[in-house]
Amino acid sequence: MNFDDTPEEAAYRATVRAWIAANAPDLSRLSPEERRNWHPAHKEVARQWQATKADAGYACLSWPKEQGGAGGSAIEEAIFNQEENRAGLQFTYFMTGLHMLLPALMEHNKDAASLARVPPAVRGEEIWCQLFSEPASGSDSAGVRCAAVKDGDEWVINGQKVWNSGAQIADYGMLVARTDPDVPKHKGLTVFWLDMKTPGVEVRPIRMMSGDNELNEVFLTDVRIPDSQRVGELGGGWKVIISTLMNERAALGSGTGLNWRDVMKLAGQVASWDGTALEDPAFREWLADLYVDAEAIRLLSFRTLTSLSKGAAPGPEGSAGKLLWSNLAQTLTDKALDVLDHAGLMDDPDEALLGGAFQHRFLWAPGLRLGGGTDEIMKNIIAERVLGLPGDVRVDKTVPFREIPNGR
Amino acid sequence: MNFDYTDDQKALKDEARRFLSAVSPLSVVRTALENPDAGYDRALWQRIGEQGWCGAAIPEEYGGIGMGHVELCALAEELGRAVAPVPFASTVYLFAEALLLGGSDAQKSELLPQVAMGALIGTLAVSEGPGVLVPDRVATRFAGGRLTGTKLPVTDGMAADRAVVLASSDEGPGLYLVDLTGAGVERRLVSTIDPTRGAAEIVFRDAPAEPLVGGLGLLAQVQDRAAVLLAFEQLGGADRCLEMARDYALERYAFGRPIGSYQAIKHKLADVFVRNEVARANAYYGAWALSTGAPELPLAAAAARVAGSGAYLLASRENIQTHGGIGFTWEADCHFFYRRARHLGLILGAPRDWKRRVADRLELKLALETAA
Ligand SMILES: Cc1cc2nc3c(=O)[nH]c(=O)nc-3n(C[C@H](O)[C@H](O)[C@H](O)COP(=O)(O)OP(=O)(O)OC[C@H]3O[C@@H](n4cnc5c(N)ncnc54)[C@H](O)[C@@H]3O)c2cc1C
Ligand SMILES: Cc1cc2nc3c(=O)[nH]c(=O)nc-3n(C[C@H](O)[C@H](O)[C@H](O)COP(=O)(O)OP(=O)(O)OC[C@H]3O[C@@H](n4cnc5c(N)ncnc54)[C@H](O)[C@@H]3O)c2cc1C
Repeated sequence: MNFDDTPEEAAYRATVRAWIAANAPDLSRLSPEERRNWHPAHKEVARQWQATKADAGYACLSWPKEQGGAGGSAIEEAIFNQEENRAGLQFTYFMTGLHMLLPALMEHNKDAASLARVPPAVRGEEIWCQLFSEPASGSDSAGVRCAAVKDGDEWVINGQKVWNSGAQIADYGMLVARTDPDVPKHKGLTVFWLDMKTPGVEVRPIRMMSGDNELNEVFLTDVRIPDSQRVGELGGGWKVIISTLMNERAALGSGTGLNWRDVMKLAGQVASWDGTALEDPAFREWLADLYVDAEAIRLLSFRTLTSLSKGAAPGPEGSAGKLLWSNLAQTLTDKALDVLDHAGLMDDPDEALLGGAFQHRFLWAPGLRLGGGTDEIMKNIIAERVLGLPGDVRVDKTVPFREIPNGR
Repeated sequence: MNFDYTDDQKALKDEARRFLSAVSPLSVVRTALENPDAGYDRALWQRIGEQGWCGAAIPEEYGGIGMGHVELCALAEELGRAVAPVPFASTVYLFAEALLLGGSDAQKSELLPQVAMGALIGTLAVSEGPGVLVPDRVATRFAGGRLTGTKLPVTDGMAADRAVVLASSDEGPGLYLVDLTGAGVERRLVSTIDPTRGAAEIVFRDAPAEPLVGGLGLLAQVQDRAAVLLAFEQLGGADRCLEMARDYALERYAFGRPIGSYQAIKHKLADVFVRNEVARANAYYGAWALSTGAPELPLAAAAARVAGSGAYLLASRENIQTHGGIGFTWEADCHFFYRRARHLGLILGAPRDWKRRVADRLELKLALETAA
């Protein structure tokens, strides 16, 4: 057990911290409105920052050099990420591509056209989206109906995807399609990558309950994709899906966003009886519980790192981090509104404390418990894959896909 | 950075588990439970003493092995798993640590080698009755080398040879070393919810006592260090509860299926798993802070205690629930853990008290960060 930097790690941290301080974009130039995720001004800052990092060898730190990375270690990458977070630089635009999809692409596809997608993604010039979920296939991620039919050297895709983060600005996507409806559901899936400008791809934004437009529906009508853009084997899609989802969970479970410091500072500024809310014993007791969970999220990401640095892939125990983090985000914002009392309702960025960040997060938090695998699915994974309890009684596993019952 | 035991520490822990499963099966706990007058298992305590575990973190110059505190944490985790009915925590985490930090060289040279051999049982006597202990309002008095007052309850108070006692004096409150076998000490067994770890009321009337150095600061330090070590006992117990519940859920059928195939049970046990992971993460961080003397120790220790107390209580509760009616019987072993979870969660101050400490220490941390 050692949570200290080694002398080399400490030196690396100092170098990185100084470099970030000297090169970081100044987010205070943006208005509170512009500072929100997916705002074009915010996205532009993120893109420039990604390119600056790439030029200096800090983008995709742990990827091999020949894949556009910096050839560093997982620990160096983690240290860089920590320092980035410390400097308030948390951009999510490139996460889907760089943490989830491209590692799978690079593992399975060695052709020039596929590999040519990597360097621009590393520089933030090209953004990727994940086209997995469908109206009838969310938690049941093997229930994909979107069909791919072979025509010569090409595949013809027809179907609908939904909940696709960033598809409205994405340049490329990774898509799961059913290539064989006559075999059991997990066996008939295949993964492809595609240019979002391919004819027949139509992206329609979905307005989320927070009012933001991050999610989309994607309709695919007679979309033609060459077989060279198949990722992994024909019918081998499930394996690709699982490895990307595990990466996603590990990334989400490392926990970003508002945290105990923010809610503590808020409580310190807000009156409550004859002192501040921070002095209220009930708040303090709650704060202690929150901190214990927040610390666990931080520390468990070190465990992931310890196993990554020994060459192991992120395991099912990453589900615990994802569960903790999304629930913490919701509890924390609820409490912040409590502390503000009646004024907790106010969300105008110019009037609300912290630019209304807590109110905005309050309306975002329900999505955190759904996206990347719901709470219930995380618990199933822990129960089955970590504790070894039996799977649910299944009615859909052994029959051909086309015979599976479906509801709404 | 390394979130794990080293290979040597793992080997020590495996060895400890093998040893304890041989000498301390749950039948030993049952015997202790059914013989509350004994207060602990003497044969087991002797075997543990022979292993040298009591001296694991005592420096060699005082007769210990001087391995370090992470090694002691590993042993604590295994003792917690075994629900071992021995005065290890009182003697090693509380009494020996208090002496190491606040004892004179003469006191240490006399007593620590005996502790290390397993020949001396010690304890810490702090509480004086119901409610949160406020150290500077303690009624027990020290004056002119003598101590007078009543401590209730004192875990291992019947078994202990010596105690470190919290008392007030003209110099303010502090800790005092008392020979419990000497003059001016009367004690009686008190009944508790965990008789496998006996407790006493101790009445001191002009009992000869020697001060330790450090006042209330020493008490806080001892409590922080013990909080980390106890968090490992809690973690070991909580993990075992989860394993028991999982095993039972796989074997027990209801409505034609293993109960472990119902989501009500699966999700319950997944929740327990998550709380155990939270306890593990905070305990490991505490162990690092304890073993390196890091300034993070007070906050890390308080967090480890809050997480450990919560996790063990939940796991022991839900283990009974998963066992259904059989889990509620005297015959089943589930209640050993339920009792011990409460015991460990109360002996050093209840979670409420430690949550207050977490908040106090967070404020300090934030103030330091702002100043920096
Ligand atoms: C903010 C956000 C971003 C997203 N981004 C993407 C993206 O970029 N790309 C993409 O492909 N998808 C994305 N998703 C989709 C996401 O993966 C799904 O919403 C999620 O998997 C749940 O699927 P669903 O919405 O169809 O709900 P359903 O699967 O219909 O679930 C409804 C409810 O039933 C529960 N449930 C379902 N099955 C079980 C079961 N076996 N046991 C117990 N309970 C069960 C669920 O937990 C949930 O509470 C995103 C979602 C959100 C909210
Ligand atoms: C204090 C007490 C008094 C009692 N008094 C009486 C009495 O007077 N008369 C009498 O006849 N009986 C009595 N009982 C028995 C009681 O009804 C049973 O203990 C109870 O029904 C549970 O059955 P079980 O013990 O066999 O546990 P199990 O049925 O084996 O259950 C074990 C665990 O699995 C869970 N479980 C089981 N099936 C499911 C499912 N389908 N979905 C989700 N979870 C499930 C249970 O909730 C439990 O947590 C008493 C029990 C107690 C503890």
